[in-house]
Amino acid sequence: MPIPFLAAESAGLLANLLNHSVVLRIFARYWRYFLEGARGTVIIALITVLLGSILGCGVALLRLSNVKPLVWFSKAYISVIRGTPLLVQLYIVYLNVERVITFPNATVLWLDFRRTMPCIIALVINSAAYVAEIVRAGIQAVDIGQTEAARSVGMTGRQAMGLIILPQAVKNILPAIGNEFVTMIKETSIIQYLGVPDLMFKQGIVTGFTYKPLPSYYIAAAIYYILNLVMSHGVNTFERRLQASDRN
Amino acid sequence: MIETRNLRKSFGDHEVLCGIDEHIEKGEVVVVIGPSGSGKSTFLRCLNRLEESTSGEILFEGINITDKAADINKLRQKMGMVFQQFNLFTNLTVLENITIGPIKVKGLDKKEAEEIAYRLLDRVGLRDKAHTYPSRLSGGQKQRIAIVRALAMGPDVMLFDEPTSSLDPEMVGEVLDVMRSLVADGMTMVVVTHEMGFAKEVGDRVLFMDEGVIVEQNVPAELFGNPQHERTKDFLSKVLS
Repeated sequence: MPIPFLAAESAGLLANLLNHSVVLRIFARYWRYFLEGARGTVIIALITVLLGSILGCGVALLRLSNVKPLVWFSKAYISVIRGTPLLVQLYIVYLNVERVITFPNATVLWLDFRRTMPCIIALVINSAAYVAEIVRAGIQAVDIGQTEAARSVGMTGRQAMGLIILPQAVKNILPAIGNEFVTMIKETSIIQYLGVPDLMFKQGIVTGFTYKPLPSYYIAAAIYYILNLVMSHGVNTFERRLQASDRN
Repeated sequence: MIETRNLRKSFGDHEVLCGIDEHIEKGEVVVVIGPSGSGKSTFLRCLNRLEESTSGEILFEGINITDKAADINKLRQKMGMVFQQFNLFTNLTVLENITIGPIKVKGLDKKEAEEIAYRLLDRVGLRDKAHTYPSRLSGGQKQRIAIVRALAMGPDVMLFDEPTSSLDPEMVGEVLDVMRSLVADGMTMVVVTHEMGFAKEVGDRVLFMDEGVIVEQNVPAELFGNPQHERTKDFLSKVLS
């Protein structure tokens, strides 16, 4: 009878949650696991978004170039990545990367390099497609009159892009990339399936100790929520600063 | 100085310019008037290839600029352009707006470019705005800066695309004053405008365009005083009433 059992357990745990017992007890005992996991999650999300932004800018510039094959390539890339589940991409990239490259056994930033790198590569490939669309939208949001004015004083297309358009586009792009980081913190949770010690992986370990999955899920959810609350607040503050500098 | 031969431009099936043959002489002030949608702005924008003409030729100082081999970036330095929406670079200060072309395109050093910029800012009375961002300027100030930005490149001709159309009425005068001073300097100018008073006052020649053709052209006194075509009469009666 799994359903009545779960219902009973949920009700019981909810009661426990309300009187601050099981959840807090588990967190008091195993907090180190959760915080290590959270650290892994933040580091992986940060590296992913940094590398993904660089690759994404490249893809966006291909997309906006005048060279047909490059445009087709970037369109296909963005379309395939956005049209398939991240989990499937993760396995495909992971298995392919493993066949081609063997990363050295080492611990970098508290993470198992060999196991983590293929995951980061998969996440970067995914994130780049989303960033590419952010960058493209950011560039296209700059008034066409700016390009015309730049060209009318004799700037080349490249100069107009570098000196006039991109500096303005950055103000549209950066807050959206901040939001991509917030999204990535949540999305990285799937790499637990490949044994990378992120927050969800550690949550699984704690469940193995306690035989009580729900409290650890509550704790994991709370940590994700707090991380993203802090990040979103940071992004909003940053966005307001950018807009303020616009008015000067 | 600028000659167009059978200049045509289509957007899809719609032909906006239906064969324009025109010759603009050095030192001439040519004012283009006409109802909206008549192709006057498109004609102007074709002259520096912001709009690519569909067929025909444009000769600028003897060079066919519609030729793919022509270095359009080089040619545009000689053709200053002023837009209806000003289009000042919002990420740069007024001074940077003016000097970026001379520095990055012509290769002047910063000091030289700033000297030119301050001289021109004095001329339009906006030296004190040098370190301000465009968003802090009024429309009239923006347009005066936009004219200065074009002048800083040392152009041989200035193209004006409805330069006063998005200004509040009380700011039109200050922009027209700057344009008058350019006329006095002997600058070659092509001006698309709705300011009939300005056209009468400073135009050497007025072109009336409608439906993609130059219907009629003449010296201002004749075109405004004694229009020959029905369409010209009709248009003038509407705008001058």
